[in-house]
Amino acid sequence: MCGITGYLELSEKKRPDYNLIGRMVQSIRHRGPDEFGAFFDGHCAFGHARLSIIDLSSGQQPMTNNDRSLWICYNGEIYNYLELRKDLEKLGHRFKTQSDTEVIIHSFEQWGNDCLARFNGQFAFAIYNRDDKTLMIARDRLGIRPLFFTQIHDRFYFASEIKALFCDPTIPRKIDLKGLDEIFTWWTTAPPRTAFENISELEAGCYVTIQNGSIRKHRYWSIDFPETFDTKRSAESFAEELHERLVNSVRLRLRADVPVGAYLSGGLDSSATTSLIKYHTDTKVESFSVGFEDSAFDETSYQQQMADYLGTSHHAVKITYNDIADNFPEVIHHTERPILRTAPTPLFILSRLVRKHNLKVVLTGEGSDEIFGGYDIFKETLIRRFWARQPESKMRPLLLQRLYPTLPISGARAQAYLERFYKSGFEEIDTYYFSHIPRIKTTTEVKNYFNRDTQNNINGHDAISVFGYDLPKHFNTWHHLLKAQYVESRSLLSGYLLSSQGDRVASAHSVEGRFPFLDHELVEFASSIPPLYKIHGLNEKYILKKAMRKELPESITNRVKQPYMAPDANSFTQPDSPPYVSEALSEQSIKEAGIFNPEYVNKLYSKCLRMGDRRLSFKDNMSFIGILSTQLLSKQFITSLQSVPTPERSEFKVWVDISD
Amino acid sequence: MESRTAIREFIVDNFMMGREASDLTDGGSLLDLGIIDSTGVLELVGFLEETFSITIEDSELVPENLDSIDNLVAYVARKTE
Repeated sequence: MCGITGYLELSEKKRPDYNLIGRMVQSIRHRGPDEFGAFFDGHCAFGHARLSIIDLSSGQQPMTNNDRSLWICYNGEIYNYLELRKDLEKLGHRFKTQSDTEVIIHSFEQWGNDCLARFNGQFAFAIYNRDDKTLMIARDRLGIRPLFFTQIHDRFYFASEIKALFCDPTIPRKIDLKGLDEIFTWWTTAPPRTAFENISELEAGCYVTIQNGSIRKHRYWSIDFPETFDTKRSAESFAEELHERLVNSVRLRLRADVPVGAYLSGGLDSSATTSLIKYHTDTKVESFSVGFEDSAFDETSYQQQMADYLGTSHHAVKITYNDIADNFPEVIHHTERPILRTAPTPLFILSRLVRKHNLKVVLTGEGSDEIFGGYDIFKETLIRRFWARQPESKMRPLLLQRLYPTLPISGARAQAYLERFYKSGFEEIDTYYFSHIPRIKTTTEVKNYFNRDTQNNINGHDAISVFGYDLPKHFNTWHHLLKAQYVESRSLLSGYLLSSQGDRVASAHSVEGRFPFLDHELVEFASSIPPLYKIHGLNEKYILKKAMRKELPESITNRVKQPYMAPDANSFTQPDSPPYVSEALSEQSIKEAGIFNPEYVNKLYSKCLRMGDRRLSFKDNMSFIGILSTQLLSKQFITSLQSVPTPERSEFKVWVDISD
Repeated sequence: MESRTAIREFIVDNFMMGREASDLTDGGSLLDLGIIDSTGVLELVGFLEETFSITIEDSELVPENLDSIDNLVAYVARKTE
């Protein structure tokens, strides 16, 4: 993990802004606290904050090639760098370091922008070519590493995090209300839009070239599914290949042989990754998990069971309501966008624990639910489809009871309500977002709290369509599970799970997450597995369970999936909740931010307080967390932005100034 | 307080925090208007049981009883007869 930032002058050469680059790097130093580096040439400036994992002695950045024409600053890992290096050596390239950074530069020298297709990894980087003054910035296929950019006053800026861009006081800071509209629909904006006006996010699987003042985006990869499947092939055979690929993916991610941590949630995916490390690598693994004082969310017994089974050295943290409330503002400082649930906060606390144990890398099970059909939203889709074929059926909707057996409200009690809730949207069965209608319906409630100005501003913005503009050619012919998987991967995976709940809360404590399920070759293989083998009847991730059954206890593979959640509004309405909560939701703060209706917010807050520890509905919880996080975001980034000090020159291990 | 007033007040205060009270007509469906969902219905049940000293069976948790102010008023009237 590292932090990268920089800018390119779009018109004439200028004196480099050394202090600005200093502040930009300083603002993201949590991503790479080990050392700083900078490069300046009058047209371009790079800053780099480094977390050293491989090649501690020679991997310093920014780095250049042999004739010093290309400069790179890079965040991430290219897992197949040894293979690429061999290929490049055969083509005559000579290397000076053992780092994967240098492999990127030589790959770019050799193959140009097409080098991206050869990388297996998680990365965000910028390469500047001094010969023709062009800049290229790129991001990995699934959006594991972040990258943002903006253009103003004849300058193009980029950075791992938005806060680095805001170190330039001439860059205007304003909440993008259309961005909020999208977040309160999908939990994320559709890139390039972000929660801030004129700040863009580079979309996963894309790169941008900046040449002669023109900025162009190109896509080099997208999640895709075939139109037909090899249905003659047995589930057993797919499962065998899957297991082999998983072993390879884990080995590739651990080839540096540094000690690693593994997150154990108590569910199938993280149990799978941890057991793969244990049985198929020589890496020493310590496991980490989050438990909750509120037993409704706690999975400690499963986590402990798995840790005992694998014999890992296990560390757990027990989260209280106040832990969530106390850490929440800092979490928003890192997510840089509103969130609808507190779930990233415990992971923020967990990465602190990982760091305390001197580990820099953790493997987690993220991505498995998306590629193998693990989420309830996929089962919901199958049931709603099945039911929509006979909308008057009395039997078909009974399947809904199978969806949420762990929730207190499910079962026969709430059948009539479940039916009414899930039946809505049947008339939109042909839309690309059909699978996501129930989630969108609940999330959209937050928008009721917008004030009139906000409502007028977003009027006409079609947030529900934002992921539907560039669908793959064959999208409409796909099985509905695949459509749902595609939409989920484009929206929540990259924009929430891997960012707000992934990179951002891990990087906050200088911890790098690695995701064996998101190896792109594994993802492509998973796409070729027939939908029936992913959700078999209503048995989710059937093929993964089959692939892992020899290594995992049945109590884990047969367990009813419990979605990872943390206490939401309850965390902020305790008698000893921190005072910032009521301040952020006060009439004055709401008016100052100018986004929500203070009277409505006050009613919601009063209800949450009144309800005490009793469970609130999903929509009230989401509205509360959505509003509170937006208020904190607005305060931290718009009304009361903290200034970042300029670091001492001595903190920079690399300082290359060729601006004259 | 008349049951209609009490029920309306509870719904407005607890389920319509981000909306105008005038959005809710006495005959309007709480489900269709997006006012109450499957998790919210338990809050409503708790209120009815406490306020009107009644006990609500699982089998009574159906829209015919609970899905509009009119239905709620009639249901409470039947239960308290």
